[in-house]
Amino acid sequence: MPVILSTDLIVYFVVSAALYFGLSARNDGRAREVWFEIRKNKLALASMCVLCLYGAAAMADSIRFRDALVDEKGAPVVSSDGAVLYSPQPLSLLDRALPGMRGNSEKTYSAPFSDRLFVKETMETPDGRVVRDYPLLKHPHDHALGTDRIGADILFTALKGVRTAIVIGTGATVVIIPFAIFFGVIAGYFGGFADDAVQYVYTTLASIPGVLLIVSFMLLFGSRGYQGGVVAAKDAVLAVFVPNDRLFWLCLILGITSWTDLCRLIRGETLKLREMDYVQASLAFGSSRMRVIYTHIVPNLMHLVLITFVLQFSGLVLAESVLSYIGIGVGPQTASWGNMINASRLELSREPVVWWNLLGAFVFMFALVLPANVFGDAVRDALDPRLRNR
Amino acid sequence: MSSPTLEVKNLRTYFRTPAGAALAVDRVSFSIEKGATFALVGESGCGKTAAALSIMQLLPPAGYLAGGEIMLNGRNLTELSEAEKRDVRGKNVSMIFQEPMTSLNPVFTIGEQIVEAIRLHRKKDYNAAKEASIRMLSDVGLPGGASLFHEYPHRLSGGQRQRVMIAMALACKPDLLIADEPTTALDVTIQDEIIKLINKMKASTGASVLLITHNMALVYRNADTAAVMYAGKIVESAPAKGLFRRPMHPYTIKLLRSIPAQEKRGVPLDTIKGVVPPATSYPEGCRFSGRCPREMTGCAAVEPRLSEYDAGHVAACHLWDKEFMATGQSRPLETITDALAPITSPEGSDIDEGKTLEEGKTLLEVRGLKTYYPVSAGLFKRAAGYVKAVDGIALIVKKGATTALVGESGCGKTTAGKTIIRLRAPDAGEIIFKGTDVANFTGAQLKPMRSSMQMIFQDPYSALNPRLTIKATIEEGLKVLRPDMDASARVKKISATLKRVGITPEMMERYPHEFSGGQRQRIGIARALSVDPEFIICDEAISSQDVSIQAQILNLLKSIQRDSGISYLFITHDLGVVEYIADYVSVMFAGKIVEDGPVEEIFANPKHEYTRKLLSAVPRIDKELPPLWTLP
Repeated sequence: MPVILSTDLIVYFVVSAALYFGLSARNDGRAREVWFEIRKNKLALASMCVLCLYGAAAMADSIRFRDALVDEKGAPVVSSDGAVLYSPQPLSLLDRALPGMRGNSEKTYSAPFSDRLFVKETMETPDGRVVRDYPLLKHPHDHALGTDRIGADILFTALKGVRTAIVIGTGATVVIIPFAIFFGVIAGYFGGFADDAVQYVYTTLASIPGVLLIVSFMLLFGSRGYQGGVVAAKDAVLAVFVPNDRLFWLCLILGITSWTDLCRLIRGETLKLREMDYVQASLAFGSSRMRVIYTHIVPNLMHLVLITFVLQFSGLVLAESVLSYIGIGVGPQTASWGNMINASRLELSREPVVWWNLLGAFVFMFALVLPANVFGDAVRDALDPRLRNR
Repeated sequence: MSSPTLEVKNLRTYFRTPAGAALAVDRVSFSIEKGATFALVGESGCGKTAAALSIMQLLPPAGYLAGGEIMLNGRNLTELSEAEKRDVRGKNVSMIFQEPMTSLNPVFTIGEQIVEAIRLHRKKDYNAAKEASIRMLSDVGLPGGASLFHEYPHRLSGGQRQRVMIAMALACKPDLLIADEPTTALDVTIQDEIIKLINKMKASTGASVLLITHNMALVYRNADTAAVMYAGKIVESAPAKGLFRRPMHPYTIKLLRSIPAQEKRGVPLDTIKGVVPPATSYPEGCRFSGRCPREMTGCAAVEPRLSEYDAGHVAACHLWDKEFMATGQSRPLETITDALAPITSPEGSDIDEGKTLEEGKTLLEVRGLKTYYPVSAGLFKRAAGYVKAVDGIALIVKKGATTALVGESGCGKTTAGKTIIRLRAPDAGEIIFKGTDVANFTGAQLKPMRSSMQMIFQDPYSALNPRLTIKATIEEGLKVLRPDMDASARVKKISATLKRVGITPEMMERYPHEFSGGQRQRIGIARALSVDPEFIICDEAISSQDVSIQAQILNLLKSIQRDSGISYLFITHDLGVVEYIADYVSVMFAGKIVEDGPVEEIFANPKHEYTRKLLSAVPRIDKELPPLWTLP
């Protein structure tokens, strides 16, 4: 029985957009030119591969279904009216691909590749003596990044966090970019009343403390629906689609609070572009305003959009961890790097220090943000004809 | 004879570029006597500024000195330590830059900046330095120095700022003043004042001046000695008057002949074929080989020496070298008569010849045109007042003729042009185009006239969208104004238009950055021509170009006019261009036309005071000289 979350739609959208651009590079045209430019840059290609791995992980973690419940003999459990009963816990393809990592939990903390727990326990030896020592793990040498407080494998948690990060990074951006371009161009190009109105809106938004807005929004909308983990029957529409996902509301509010910076940049750039001679020349042909905006203004704004996207992407992933820290980010049952960082706040104040939870989040975040920056730069350069044939 | 103030010997400067080391200055030697003005002239990219920066020892990080000596009063500047060099700059050598708008720091008052310049080199206390700087300000013609002392740079006009720059540069009485294009960014009347000021200050301080410019007439009027640079080398150097009386190097001759002036009316300007070779790969022999009309078989292989052929007149050309001419390498590659080809359209362009022109009829008449910019103030941005950019002007453009609109920057001529072509709405007045008043037309009504009126812009870099191919750029107008044309008809039209302006149609898939400034200007012209206009406004269309490219563009515009009877409105501040190309001229001052009429009449007998001032401010080369400029 499949389960589709509203945030899954974001992942599907992003992956299909990436596939679309990938496929359109096979035909002649603009995308092909850009692809040839990117292909010359070895570092960008390597970054692209890393990003593809992340994308694949997020995609695999976004296709999920519930299994039918079975009794001890393996026969499906059927309710009184004859319908097959399903487990409330949906498992994604990623969960199913890594059953070993999902199931091999320990009692509590253990260091990477260790064979013993990190904390001493009082144990009884077979000859009856009571000793206090580090007990052996159930799965010794199995945890490449160690285990956390409840004994879950950190590598697996970090892998599950990929989807959360990608959903937040891209989902908020999907909100930001159309808003920012639309309002920025309108304000910059038409000026006058439109400019005043847009400036009024974003000045107002920017003057409300962002955290306050996010907190009240999340408490209003985010606290009810799906929080991660088990799917409650009341959240699912037609037993399949879960529209009210806490993560979705988080993307939305992060987008709403962060489109103003890009909008301001775009407004300024549009003001400059509007006076360029090529815009005047186009107007002298009697081109419509829409045509001028479409052919002359927006393409010349793309570098700003790309730079902001890449910079905000890492900012948004970090914002998620900050918000999880004050308890209004993703739900505690959703694996996320923010939750991992939040947990390591206490772990780092222990003696001896438990450092691997933070390391796991750090490595995964770093390996996503750095290639995203490199690849974003490469795309921006490839889009600019002036930088070609260098 | 005393020893010269500055003596440069075999100066070589390289710039590191991705394409390899670029030889910006190649074995340049010259000397400047005490109190003399030495001019370095040449087109952009020939190494004039690199030479000046080498002398100042202020090369950018990518540049380095590869050899040579720079002797300033007997002291070799290249051997000094960095601290000693700092001491020399400002005290012994100082520099004035081209752009007065950016050469002063906007966050300090001009007084503070001059005081800083003085106290860096003179042990003076603040009050003494302040007194000295106020004196300096009045010396450079800025009276009221005490109140000006506390002003910030943005309160001053470009001319005033350039005066402040001169005051700063001369505050420590340097032995040498380097003026790098000191007047290029200024209006003609202010140019004249600044040059006079430099000459006056030179006389009172006894400094030598190294004048770097591309303006030949300025050199003729002000320099004692002039050197022509081409591709990093001095190709000819002579006492200034002698250089103009008898130019020896073919490059100098061609350059001089490409300057538009009244006596060249009706004939095409001379042009130089090809482009300057890139500084990373100069030809082995003469740098001008391949472009020279008098090239001989040995020119590309043997480098000509710079030898003296007349008193103080040196040139680097084999034509004057008797030894070389006696060898077998002196066979000319082609024999061209020294006559300029008539203005023609290039072969293969599909513009039909001999169109019947209805010259003399009025195409456009402007009456009482006013364009005001509101100055908003207060909370609700109510218009508190108006800047009267165009304040009731009248203009007439005749069919197949050229009207020039001249005036200095800020007089409203560009706004006038944009209003006439209806890029903005006028506040009052009539714009009668082909018998219809289009002043109050809106959106859809304007569309039919769009294809008959087009515009060419000043800056070829901002005139083309960097993200569109040339084809897409030109196609835009056709798509909008000729919806009847299909894609293949449009491509045909674009090819024909590109061919007409001298761009190979195969290049249409390229992007603007792949073209040189001159080519971009041609593309801008092609964009305007593609919709077959009857009237084109050229807004300073050639003023940012080098002389030789200006000449090509002017020739092109003239030949287009002859072929298809297009009328031009030339908006410009360059009176030489006006004299050369225009039939009628309107002089604009502070939003109003102060004088108009046929060009010959206005230039011979200016009536308005402003016109007189304008005309007298233009440096000119004496009229009897141009006929002497013939190729050897």
